[in-house]
Amino acid sequence: MPDATLTLDSVSVLLVWTAIAIYALAFVAYAIDLARRSASAIEEKDAASGAVRTEARELVGAAAGGSTTRARGAGAVTSGSDSVSWTQADGAKKPRLVWARLGTVLTVLGFLFHLGATVTRGIAAERVPWSNMYEFALTGTLLIIAVYLAALVRSDLRFLGSLITGLTVLLLGGATLAFYVEIVPLMDPLKSVWLVIHVFVASLATALFALAFGLSILQLMQSRRETKAKGPGFLRTLPRSEALESLAYRFTIIGFMFWTFTLIAGAIWANDAWGRYWGFDTKEVWTFVIWVLYAGYIHARATRGWRGSRSAWLSIIGFAAVLFNFTIVNMFFKGLHAYSGLS
Amino acid sequence: MSRSRSDAGAGVAADPLRPSDHADSGSSAPDQPALGLIGWLRWAWRQLTSMRTALVLLLLLAIAAVPGSIFPQRSADPNGVTQWFTDNPDLAPVLDNLSLFDVYISPWFSAIYILLFISLIGCVIPRTKHHWKALRARPPRTPARLARLEDHRERVVPVRSEDAADDARLAIDLAHDQLRRAGYRVERYDDGLSVSAERGYLRETGNLLFHGALVGVLLAVGIGGGFTYTGQSVIIEGRTWVNSLLDYSSFNPGRFVDEEQLVPYSMTLEDFEVTYQPVGSNGAGQAGDFAANLTTQLAGEEPQEGVVRVNAPLELAGDRIYLMGNGYAPTLTVRDPAGEVVFSEAVPFLPQDTNMTSLGVVKIPDGLSEQLGLVGFFYPTEAPLDTGAFTSAYPALINPVVSLDVYEGDLGIDGGIPRSVYALDTGDMERLTGGDTGVDSIQLAPGDTADLPGGRGTITFEDEAGEGAQGYDESVKRYVSLSVHRDVGAPWVLAFSVLAMAGLLAGLFVPRRRMWVRATPVAGDGEGAVKLEYAGLARGEDPGLAGAVDQLAQRHGDAVAGVLRERV
Ligand code: HEM
Repeated sequence: MPDATLTLDSVSVLLVWTAIAIYALAFVAYAIDLARRSASAIEEKDAASGAVRTEARELVGAAAGGSTTRARGAGAVTSGSDSVSWTQADGAKKPRLVWARLGTVLTVLGFLFHLGATVTRGIAAERVPWSNMYEFALTGTLLIIAVYLAALVRSDLRFLGSLITGLTVLLLGGATLAFYVEIVPLMDPLKSVWLVIHVFVASLATALFALAFGLSILQLMQSRRETKAKGPGFLRTLPRSEALESLAYRFTIIGFMFWTFTLIAGAIWANDAWGRYWGFDTKEVWTFVIWVLYAGYIHARATRGWRGSRSAWLSIIGFAAVLFNFTIVNMFFKGLHAYSGLS
Repeated sequence: MSRSRSDAGAGVAADPLRPSDHADSGSSAPDQPALGLIGWLRWAWRQLTSMRTALVLLLLLAIAAVPGSIFPQRSADPNGVTQWFTDNPDLAPVLDNLSLFDVYISPWFSAIYILLFISLIGCVIPRTKHHWKALRARPPRTPARLARLEDHRERVVPVRSEDAADDARLAIDLAHDQLRRAGYRVERYDDGLSVSAERGYLRETGNLLFHGALVGVLLAVGIGGGFTYTGQSVIIEGRTWVNSLLDYSSFNPGRFVDEEQLVPYSMTLEDFEVTYQPVGSNGAGQAGDFAANLTTQLAGEEPQEGVVRVNAPLELAGDRIYLMGNGYAPTLTVRDPAGEVVFSEAVPFLPQDTNMTSLGVVKIPDGLSEQLGLVGFFYPTEAPLDTGAFTSAYPALINPVVSLDVYEGDLGIDGGIPRSVYALDTGDMERLTGGDTGVDSIQLAPGDTADLPGGRGTITFEDEAGEGAQGYDESVKRYVSLSVHRDVGAPWVLAFSVLAMAGLLAGLFVPRRRMWVRATPVAGDGEGAVKLEYAGLARGEDPGLAGAVDQLAQRHGDAVAGVLRERV
């Protein structure tokens, strides 16, 4: 029996490395896509004849709102604003983006291997595969990809692809190299339904924050381009900074809700395991700090003078704190949450 | 995406009241304080309850919480603080003056959160009043020029009936019903030619509930803490423990706890269960499935069985009893040279590592010519180290050994200074075995007896397994350390947290929006028409607004077209 368990776990590790390799390819494809967008955006700019200009301006004008009563035919509905809330920055032509499509196909493929790796690890360990640092990373990155792919169904976020796959390769590869541990039985304090709920929801929140993080970075770049006309060319094919911001905000508030739940569920668990619901243990402190930072972000979005770039920085700082909490705090800070599985 | 800044003159009566520097707030408050004390105070209050202040205080709170994770905190890790003082004797007192070892009760941390909550209350109360009124107000008048709104649709439906105005009114009736069924509060204006609708009051309700519940959490934590106590106790297998101050090894009461009024009950540890991963498996020696099997008895009631596990405290008379630790308690008997028993007890040894190498102390104040102290280790599975010293190689009882050194002299327990039962102060004592004495330490397996040095008597490591037992399985008693808690605030904290969560859901995800439909009869020669205008306005974040206006225009327009066709 131990032999069979061992092989299942090594299958899992094999799948992880395969997934990482495929994600790396996806990253390359997405990066090429961005580079080509830059190129085509520049070409377009060069070739911008008067005719193209006017057409583009007209389209943008129609999209940007204002009353339109052009079609006065019976029963015709005219739309005063673009129902897809994020018109492209300048260009009117929608490029075909072959490389982005390839990137997405590769990401889906990588995701399937990744899912396989996570499930086999869980089966091998006979418990949920998120009980030590290696497994947190395994499941956490799986959720990042899952949220990204799910979001793709609704809106074209492929310009985030290279950031997401790049981040995943780094986190998953790093975790497999540095944090991998063999399967050992759960420690008593972890034997709880709250392990299943609390940790999973925390990972889900992290995944949503990761996407918001990517969008906030692009938002900053985009707004710099809008005001100073500086920045890589692919930004021209991306939504306006306001649209990126509101998208980032949407991911963040969902993430924030899950994080709030994580906080409450963690307190309930702590009350069962340690006899107090809150004790400012290092991990609790950081969970709280992250929560307050994102509450700050939500406020900043609602505060005059803070909307836009300043709030974007808060989203970036918030996610930096999430990563810090997962890596540095788990490894080097002393506390009750000593479940990294590393010694 | 928020489109709410483009307020096209729509009435502000039913707007949520927000601090004047809210991004959606129309008015911009003068930044200069008015003259005079009252004016100045009012200005200060407005500053304190502004969004900007709330934001800055939130960020400060996040930053101020961080040092508590860097430096050990007295509340969570008192030994860590002591260690820090030992390691950094110069720096530690300085940091201590800055409260860096008590961050969460420090003046600066408290100042931040108290200001934050004052700001919060100052912000929430006027908003609540305002919202209370808004809840009963009617939707505002339809703006004169709907076309100026960002989300705006138009549609012209031809009519053949005599009276186009009549048809227009009919169209508004339809819109009125459709919007009301969709959960809007509706009101007709313009002589029945327009309808104004509003929904999503729940958003503001949720927001207020969330902020209010945060105050509730803070109060429940603060007040509840005063009625909370925690106490630690140690019970050896077979012993009974009584819930009174005497039986606690430490007790931390909140401010309002009456220590004389503890609920009278007792607990007997029947046995303690634990499993260890077998040698050769992954995680060999890892302990798990801890269970303390107790018999509990409330005064005047039948005894009951109860189990305490990790993650599963035992509830008893409003207290919760937690399993915090466990260990071995070898039973040692000391006899004087005449063979009289002067000491016979199970002595709890404190585990030092995962293989249960445990440290223990025996103090014999009376019965011998001088006071005697023994210090040493218990190894459940003794194994030699390269250095010649011993360690435990496995946490279960496979090769149990106690190894003790003997000290003679003043135990220091008569002077009235409290001494830990787990530490021996050897300052005034003479070492008789081990170290440089040239006399071997005493080594005993269960059942063994050895002479104390210099004819001072004998010591026996009693085998608790009794006659005919196989191996050493039951040879040493176990003990558990239990923690007894009463926290009356906790359920309240939970209740307010759940309310906050519910408020958050509503406050973040319920869209608050206004919708208007206006029908204008368009006269034509022979063939009339009705121009239908639809517009929406978000109050706060509302990514779905454009879609909602589309949908309304589509549904209502189709319905009107259908009805008007029938009328012909
Ligand atoms: C303990 C401190 C606070 C925390 C943790 C906090 C957190 C939050 C959160 C999570 C939200 C979004 C949820 C919702 O809209 O229901 C929010 C919104 C809001 N908060 Fe606070 N808040 C705090 C203090 C304050 C204070 C002091 C004020 C007043 C100055 C304030 C004013 C607001 C307003 C106006 C909104 C609505 C924002 C919008 O329109 O989108 N909050 N707050």
